[in-house]
Amino acid sequence: MNLINTNNRGTYTLFKKEILRFWRVAFQTMASPVLTALLYLLIFSHVLEGKVQVYDSVPYTAFLIPGLIMMSLLQNAFANSSSSLIQSKVMGNIVFILLTPLSYLQFYIALLGAAMVRGLFVGLAIYLVALFFVKLPIAHLGWIIIFAILGSALLGTFGIIAGIWADKFDQMAAFQNFVIMPLTFLSGVFYSIHSLPVFWQMVSKFNPFFYMIDGFRYGFFGKGDVSPWISLAVVIAFLFALAWVCLKMLKSGYKLRG
Amino acid sequence: MKTAIQFNQIHKHFGSLHALKGIDLTIPQGEFFGLLGPNGAGKSTLINILAGLLKPTSGTASVMGHDVVVDYQAARMALGVVPQELVFDPFFNVREMLRFQAGYFGRGQENDAWVDEILEGLGLTDKAHTNMRKLSGGMKRRALIAQALAHKPPVIVLDEPTAGVDVELRQMLWEFIKKLNREGHTIILTTHYLEEAETLCSRVAMMKQGQVVALDSTANLLNKFAGKNLRLVLGNSPLPASLLPMQKSGENGVYMLALDELSQMEFALGELRKSNVSIEDMQLIEPDLEDVFLSLVGSASDGAKEVCA
Repeated sequence: MNLINTNNRGTYTLFKKEILRFWRVAFQTMASPVLTALLYLLIFSHVLEGKVQVYDSVPYTAFLIPGLIMMSLLQNAFANSSSSLIQSKVMGNIVFILLTPLSYLQFYIALLGAAMVRGLFVGLAIYLVALFFVKLPIAHLGWIIIFAILGSALLGTFGIIAGIWADKFDQMAAFQNFVIMPLTFLSGVFYSIHSLPVFWQMVSKFNPFFYMIDGFRYGFFGKGDVSPWISLAVVIAFLFALAWVCLKMLKSGYKLRG
Repeated sequence: MKTAIQFNQIHKHFGSLHALKGIDLTIPQGEFFGLLGPNGAGKSTLINILAGLLKPTSGTASVMGHDVVVDYQAARMALGVVPQELVFDPFFNVREMLRFQAGYFGRGQENDAWVDEILEGLGLTDKAHTNMRKLSGGMKRRALIAQALAHKPPVIVLDEPTAGVDVELRQMLWEFIKKLNREGHTIILTTHYLEEAETLCSRVAMMKQGQVVALDSTANLLNKFAGKNLRLVLGNSPLPASLLPMQKSGENGVYMLALDELSQMEFALGELRKSNVSIEDMQLIEPDLEDVFLSLVGSASDGAKEVCA
C-alpha cells in the first residue's frame, strides 16, 4: 500500500491547515511565548549576572539565551501538536481527518511538520529579539540548526503521542505540567550541570532534554557539558524511539479508531 | 448492476456486547437506500465500519469494490459521510473548511466550481465566509453535509442528517440529495423519520439488535408486512366481540382494525350489521413504514416507541 505518494496534496492540505490553526491565534501561540522568554531573560540575567559561574568568559546572559530559545522551541512544538489533537478530539472534529484517505504516516508528517514550524518560528523570534539585549557568538551554525530541527521534531512527536493518549484537557495539562515542564526546567536551561552536585549531574544525564539544550548551546559557544556528538546520538535515539511509538499508535488507531 | 457497498458477515463486539451479528448487505450503484432501526440497533456502528472509524471484529466491507480495511484509501476516496453529531472546526470559515476537506482527498482549485455548487445547493452561499463557530445549528448541519460532499464522492452516507432540523431545511436538503441521486450518486440514509425513508428510499433495511430483520423495496415491505387499516367511528356502540381480534386501537368510539387482506373488510362490515351497530364514519387507511417497522422491530416497549416519537 502506498502510504504517501498517492495523495501529496492531502498531506500538504493538513499541514497547511495546522499552520493556519496556530497562525490565526498568533498572539497566543507566537507572541506570548516570546514575551515569556524575554521576561525570564530580563529577570534571571538581572539577578544572576556575575553571580553564577558558567563557562569561562561567557557572560551569564549570553549563556542563558540559547537555553531559553531551545526551551521555548521545545515547549511550543509540543504544544502545537498536542493541543491541535486534544481540541479536535474533544470538539469531535477529528472525524473530518479520520474520514479521509490520509494514511497514518501522512497524518504524522503533517502534524509534525506544523509543530516543527511553530517551534522553530518561536525560537527564531526569541533569538532575533534577544540580539537587542546581548551579542551572541555563533561558533557552529550547523549544530544550532541540527539541534533546533531535531528538538522540534522530538517534541512535536511527543505532542502527538500526548494528544492521542489524553482524553480530556486536564490530562493534557497534567502531562504538560508534570512531564514537559520539569524535564525542560531541569535540563540546564538556566545553569551548567557542572555547577550541580555530582549526584544531580548524574540525574541530569538521564534527561533527554539536557542533550538537546547542551548540543544547541554548543553551536553558539563551541563549549558544552558533553560532546555534541554524544548529544546528537542521544537525541536521534530518542527521536526514533518516540517516532516508533507514535507511528505504532497511529497505525493501530489507538484511541482514534475503535 | 455494479455494487456500491457490500457487507459480508460483519460482526462487531464491544467487550461482551455483540453489536453486529453477521450483517450481509449489498447496495447497488445509484440506489437511494434506507437503513432504519431503533437506537442501539447497530446502524451507526455499521456506518462507522464502512467509514473506517471502527474496525469490524470479523467480516469484510467494501465501497465501490474497495475493501475498507485492506484498500482503505480507495474506499474512503469513494465515500462521503455526514456524521450524526454536529461537529465543526472553530478556526475556519465555511469555504475554507470545504477547501480543506477537498484537499485531504487530493482535490485542489479545480474543485472550486463544485464547492460553489454545493454552497448554492445547500443555501450556504451567503455564509461562505462566516466562521463555523458563528453559524446557527441549522447552518452548521448544512456545512457538515457540504463537507461530506466536498470531494464529490460517488457514495454518500447520511447518518440521521435531519435530526433536529426544521422543515424548510429538510425539504431543501432532500431536494439537493435527490438531485445528486439522479446524477448517479448512491445514497445511504439512516433516519428516525420513517416517512422520510418511505418517500425517498427505493429500498430499505430494518435493523434490530445488530441484525437485519427486513430488506426489500419500500413497496414490497409495505405490501408484505403491513395490511391496510380500517378506521371506524361508531359513536356510543361498542365493537362486536367477533371483531376484537382485529382491533389495533379503540378510544372514544373510534376504532382501528388491522386488515390482513381486503376481504376482511366485508367480514367486518357484516359483523357490524349483524350487531346492529351503526357506522358514523369509516376510512380505509394505507399502511406506512411505521406499521412495517412496528411489526418487525417489535412492540413499543423494546425501543420502537422511542424511534417513532
